[in-house]
Amino acid sequence: MRLERRTSVKWTLGAGAALAAVMTALAFAAGLILAAGVNPLVAYLEMLRGALGSRLAITEMLTRAVPLMLTGLAAAVAFRARLWNIGAEGQFYLGALAVAWAGHSLMSSLPSAIGIAALMVVGMAAGALLLSGPAYLRLRFNVDEVVTTLLMNFVVILFVGLMIEGPMRDPLAFGWPQSVPVDRNFRLPDLVQGTRLHAGFLIALAMAGIVWLIIARTVFGTEARAAGFNARAAEFAGVSLPRTIMGVALLSGGLAGLAGGIEVAGVTGGVTTTMSPGFGYAGIVVAMLAALHPAGVVAASVFVATVFVGADAMSRATGVPSFIADVIVALALLTMLVALLFSSYRIRR
Amino acid sequence: MSTVLRLDRITKRFGRLVANDEVTLDLEDGEILALLGENGAGKTTLMNILFGHYTADAGAVQVFGKTLPPGRPRAAIRVGVGMVHQHFALADNLSVLDNIMLGSEPLLRMRSRRQEGSARLLALSEKFGLPVDPDARVSGLSVGERQRVEILKALYRDARILILDEPTAVLARPEARQLFETLRSMTGQGLSIIFISHKLYEVMAASDRVAVLREGRKVAERTTARTTPDELAELMVGNPVTRPRREDHEIGAPLLVAEDVTVYLDRKPALQDLTFTVHEGEILGIVGVSGNGQAALGALLSGVASPHDGKLMLQGREIGGLGPRAFIAAGIGRIPEDRHAEGVVGELPVWENSVLERLATKAFSNLGFVRRRAARDHTRVLIERFDIRGASPEMRVGLLSGGNMQKLILGRVLAAAPGVIIANQPTRGLDEGAIAAVHAELLSARKAGAAIILISEELEEALSLSDRLQAIVGGRLSRPVSAKDANPRRLGLMMAGVWDEMSNAA
Repeated sequence: MRLERRTSVKWTLGAGAALAAVMTALAFAAGLILAAGVNPLVAYLEMLRGALGSRLAITEMLTRAVPLMLTGLAAAVAFRARLWNIGAEGQFYLGALAVAWAGHSLMSSLPSAIGIAALMVVGMAAGALLLSGPAYLRLRFNVDEVVTTLLMNFVVILFVGLMIEGPMRDPLAFGWPQSVPVDRNFRLPDLVQGTRLHAGFLIALAMAGIVWLIIARTVFGTEARAAGFNARAAEFAGVSLPRTIMGVALLSGGLAGLAGGIEVAGVTGGVTTTMSPGFGYAGIVVAMLAALHPAGVVAASVFVATVFVGADAMSRATGVPSFIADVIVALALLTMLVALLFSSYRIRR
Repeated sequence: MSTVLRLDRITKRFGRLVANDEVTLDLEDGEILALLGENGAGKTTLMNILFGHYTADAGAVQVFGKTLPPGRPRAAIRVGVGMVHQHFALADNLSVLDNIMLGSEPLLRMRSRRQEGSARLLALSEKFGLPVDPDARVSGLSVGERQRVEILKALYRDARILILDEPTAVLARPEARQLFETLRSMTGQGLSIIFISHKLYEVMAASDRVAVLREGRKVAERTTARTTPDELAELMVGNPVTRPRREDHEIGAPLLVAEDVTVYLDRKPALQDLTFTVHEGEILGIVGVSGNGQAALGALLSGVASPHDGKLMLQGREIGGLGPRAFIAAGIGRIPEDRHAEGVVGELPVWENSVLERLATKAFSNLGFVRRRAARDHTRVLIERFDIRGASPEMRVGLLSGGNMQKLILGRVLAAAPGVIIANQPTRGLDEGAIAAVHAELLSARKAGAAIILISEELEEALSLSDRLQAIVGGRLSRPVSAKDANPRRLGLMMAGVWDEMSNAA
């Protein structure tokens, strides 16, 4: 028995493989749920109800999907060019902090649309700036960006802690460590009245479209893909590797920074050091589940958000620990890697 | 003589492609059988079936009268079949001895019996005249030495039938000659050998018998002594092939000029004081034994490496070190030495590869967006004009055969009507038909007035195409000699670094 490379992979096969991977992961997790003494069908039904069962549930789930979508795009863009950005978590926080600061300091007389647009730019700029450092070190001194981006996460979170205990502390938060909030005038408007779902959802969807356009249709995107697959051949063909890698870094960091900025301007108002339950890291999983495709990122972020939001509801109803959500997502990542293998190779005897 | 190996009506299909069609082949005791065929004729597939890497759809493999179970390389090894692959399967970071013993010992033995292994290896090395240092690291070995290790690996496992897949593809001519002497002496020690090749001269020089494969079928079997290269070429290709010949014509003005160029790679001088001139409508051949600076010269002339000293000028304008994009824009077409590493991005489709060099130009993009239709149309024209078989614009380039990939690269270069063409080993690894096609294209570019630098390790190729020749030895260039005054013997001397006394002949 051996594996043979498929000559071409239809998108239906890719999507089917992803679906099969998710179903397999759920089947494995069913064993654990059974071990916890609960009928898996009941548990999964509760999960679905918790994430999709009501208007409120759906909007909560989509609210959770927004940052995942953006960090997922950040990872997908970078990984395609073989730039291993593991620092989306840090970029998320720095984007959030920058937006909180700018949103608090901007003149509140500014029209809100202009203010919001400015905040989004600030968030992106902060994330982009943060990743440009490791990218520069890689280009100049060949420093492994996996290490630098990963470690920067811890530095940034400590920096956020410093800022919200110190200069950016919210005096109205009664000693609670939280940053000054974004001015009411510059908060992202609600998409559905009476829920937390905000206009950031539309921004995230638009970003998925823009990223797809950049990757698939532009000179920059084509050169970045070429550089990712075979840097030497790309360079030989006249692609400037430093420019391409730096461009990819700015885009990837910007998307992760935007995720943080949108979360602050759309949901939390101010920054806390616990505002992200690992959105940056989960973005890596989302990107892998999506096989690095922007459209897939949208679907994968909705899936991951469904599992996380649904698991809380399931836990309340059945008593199965909500940690099962982490298990399901992790299993899905593993099954997805296997599915990717089978969608790009076929088995021959 | 008795038959030691028989392939009995082997058939293998990959999808719609029939790679082997009822191929029957016998190997006699103590003979060297050459398996000759173009790229894609099914030679490697057949040998992989024999060794158990692939399972045949029909047919059987018999070794010493016994039928092998299909799909079990281990069974093949046990009965004494050893295979030396074209791409070596050695661990760079281990020693020669480790590589050879790897997998030959039971997994659960407490201590590796290195002493015995070493003694046995040295005995084999002595017996077959294959000198190696058991403790040397593989990463430090030359290609020829690595091949020796691969052969010893097979012998260490008591191989009595040795299969070599394109053993000379990676070797320089003298190394190849030495390899064939070794193989000949091995048959004297009771081994039987099959080697795969598409090079006529080595089949003629080294084999007892030739089996010719074409399009998956065995089309002929000949005793080497009773055939001719012409007959074999015709059998292999299916119709008579002749390489095109250069016709004399007037050459024009100097186009690309190097004056005392020195290039450092990894802080070591890779090229020193290069001086050459190539004119419009002229082919300048750079010949040399592999590893004498050809790679650095290719890098310099494709814009990847910068001169540290001296001048590289295109029509009087300094261009050294401006980078690949500037070279392409200035009308320098480049055919890289290594198609897979530098020529194409295997994962990307044919159409993206065929326009990658000129993606940023108006022809193929507008405001930063790729003009996909223009690019695809252009690609279809290339496929048609350069007869790139089996290619469609959407197909991944990595799926093309070596020859067709080379035609694509050649097409990409020639379609831009370049004033200068840098062709670095343009026919390496190609079969006769593809070589003739590449030569014809280069000659027609020459006729159209292009200045061409041909860097080649194939003497016949350099001699038949070039107007003038220079030898590269240790990163230095000889004075040029004109094609009229060149012959293989003289070039051989030049490639060995003996050129001073004839510099006034140039």
